[in-house]
Amino acid sequence: MAFDVPKERFAGKIREAVIGATREQGGTRRSSLVVGGSGGLPMHRFESEVPHTPLVVMDVVDTPRVVPEVLQASMGPIVKDPVEWAKKCEKEWGSDALLLRLQSANPEEENRPVEQCEALFRDVLKATTLPMFVYGCGFEEKDAKLMEAISNAGRGERLFLGLAEEKAFKSLAAASMATGHGIVAFSNLDINLAKQMNILLLDFGVKPENIIMDPLMAALGMGLEYSYSVMERLRQGALSGDPVLQMPIICDASCAWGVPDAVEDDPRKGNVLQRGTNWEAITAYSAVVAGADLVIMRNPASVALFKQAVKDLAGGA
Amino acid sequence: MPTAMEIYKLLPKKNCGECKFPTCLAFAMQLANQKVALEACPYVSPESKTILEESGAPPIRLVSFGLGGEPLKIGDETQLFRHDKTFYHPTVLGVIADDSEGLDRMKAKMEAAKAAAFERVGQRIRIDAVAVRHSSGSPQDFLEGVRHAAAMTFPVILMTEDPKLMAEALAMCTASKPLLWRATPQNLDAMVNVAKACAFPLAIGGAGSLDELSQLADKAKKAGVVDIVLDPGDSSAGKMLETLTIIRRAAVKKKFRPLGYPTMSVLGESVEDRMKAALGVMKYSSIVLMKEMPPESAYPLMTLRQNIFTDPQVPIQVKPGMYTVGEPNEKSPVLFTTNFSLTYFTVRADVEKSKIPVWLLVVDTDGQSVMTSFAAGKLTPESVAALIESEKVKEKSTRNEIVIPGMVSRMSGKLNELTGMKIVVGPRESSGLPKMLKSVAG
Repeated sequence: MAFDVPKERFAGKIREAVIGATREQGGTRRSSLVVGGSGGLPMHRFESEVPHTPLVVMDVVDTPRVVPEVLQASMGPIVKDPVEWAKKCEKEWGSDALLLRLQSANPEEENRPVEQCEALFRDVLKATTLPMFVYGCGFEEKDAKLMEAISNAGRGERLFLGLAEEKAFKSLAAASMATGHGIVAFSNLDINLAKQMNILLLDFGVKPENIIMDPLMAALGMGLEYSYSVMERLRQGALSGDPVLQMPIICDASCAWGVPDAVEDDPRKGNVLQRGTNWEAITAYSAVVAGADLVIMRNPASVALFKQAVKDLAGGA
Repeated sequence: MPTAMEIYKLLPKKNCGECKFPTCLAFAMQLANQKVALEACPYVSPESKTILEESGAPPIRLVSFGLGGEPLKIGDETQLFRHDKTFYHPTVLGVIADDSEGLDRMKAKMEAAKAAAFERVGQRIRIDAVAVRHSSGSPQDFLEGVRHAAAMTFPVILMTEDPKLMAEALAMCTASKPLLWRATPQNLDAMVNVAKACAFPLAIGGAGSLDELSQLADKAKKAGVVDIVLDPGDSSAGKMLETLTIIRRAAVKKKFRPLGYPTMSVLGESVEDRMKAALGVMKYSSIVLMKEMPPESAYPLMTLRQNIFTDPQVPIQVKPGMYTVGEPNEKSPVLFTTNFSLTYFTVRADVEKSKIPVWLLVVDTDGQSVMTSFAAGKLTPESVAALIESEKVKEKSTRNEIVIPGMVSRMSGKLNELTGMKIVVGPRESSGLPKMLKSVAG
């Protein structure tokens, strides 16, 4: 019985999305990144072209309130200085792009005014040269003003703004359409909701190449299997030819630091920082194996581990 | 499984009725649905019987090894993707104790592996096996290690390519039905004889290609070894994804018998290997062996395995009852949620963020979330009231007040009527709990 290698071909293909703009392209970034573009199952290089290796987007949070203590200790005082934090992501930690989370705009917490958030964004933009994502605080009214300000301040930079949600996407979509930025479309762990979100944006007039999907990454130990299967199905739907599912996928693996198992002190489970580091790296890695084109990460050691693993996965021999 | 028509062609077509079905075609249809056994037909030819047994076998053979009571089971998978049905047999995780490390180190590794067992979401997760590997050049070192492993009453994998040494080693641990690693193109005949004599499962590897690996497996099978594990031995994670995917596809989609066996990945201790272990769990390794498995790597890996091998149809549940967050007293708030593990853990994590101690009641909803179970009538004012009663909530907290999920605010009236407690409607999303609890407790 001769062995015939079973290979799979697909009709559909993941769209490419371009993040960031160089001076020639009207921005100030050192390069623009391309994600997506694959016509096969995730990282299946033996049967399909994988033109772009998954990228790391390290996040920078404008308030240490949401950074767990174990990370604050290991990352040092920079967690209180977003500009320095962003510079480290670029210069020392090998991040491919940046995500600035303007959490402090939250009206129920710091309630920082839009002008201050915009000023911080300008400072980060000036201090770094990586392509950028910018997320608001999740409160629709505040984010509407905030994202309008950011999209104007970042005109020409080809930012990706988020998060567009089913019930709150119009102001974000309008702001990004006016200034040529992209949008991160969030949906809550459901392939139909992910599709619905894309349809809403497309109907609103957003171009498909301006959408990246975030189908919600549940962390390792906190329902990772749901996200894993939703992404596998999204990817298969896209490959079978559904144009509304062919947007690249971004996954937020920094949620790993919210998992009690990952960060609790329990000597039987080993060193807590190393355990947390593995936790975030495995969360990100599983996202890539399931179909993510970009992962959001926080801990530099996890990023190093993840990048090495993805390089190994991208190597053929 | 063959279709009824394919089976029918192989039956005697006598329509004798001795199988209790009126015609051979009717019997064939029952066979195709696995409702009857072929033995019910007294006239089926031996040739047809062999063909039907072969084609009725699962695409990937179920192989078991390890101690008699609860042996480790691997293989017998039917899917490429877990969402299409489920993955059945979780990846076996094992630590390699190499005899070149010295007996003390080997013993320490074996003991640590056996001790690495945890309770997680109501399930026991653990390192499942130890692998004793020969590389020192001195057979005595290996046999000392095997002796220790055999005395541990723990599943064992014997790793040597020397058939004579393998025979000696397995004689020391027959009770633990070890997996024998491995036959290669160089030692195939001799190693097959060793495996045949003891009827223990045999790993096959050292092949230059999948084609060669399948030929070796076929040869071993024809020589009489029934339980085989494939070790494709890949250099990079990319290659590992490729070969394990092709093996799984060939077995499941093409019914290619020579690759219809469980697989294993023998890894080292590099950073890449740590993540390859995770890849193996996700993408089709039945056994992952690692040179080092410190708990800070093993625990996340076991958690990943638990996640990936969760049946998508059956939600993981936590035990219903009264839980505490922090050290609540009679002044502390009482909350309730459902016993779907994700709901429970999310609520618990958000409550912990508030740093306010609370009593957390977990209602049995068969593992459904708040909205789903409320809609399905599994989360009712009655079921909550009954739990409040049986858990003696009013004795534990004297506030006479309960915080209910915002999604089920509609049960406020009835629940108040049934319990006499003041109902506080909580946030719709548990992320709102810290803020809400601060105002309730303050």
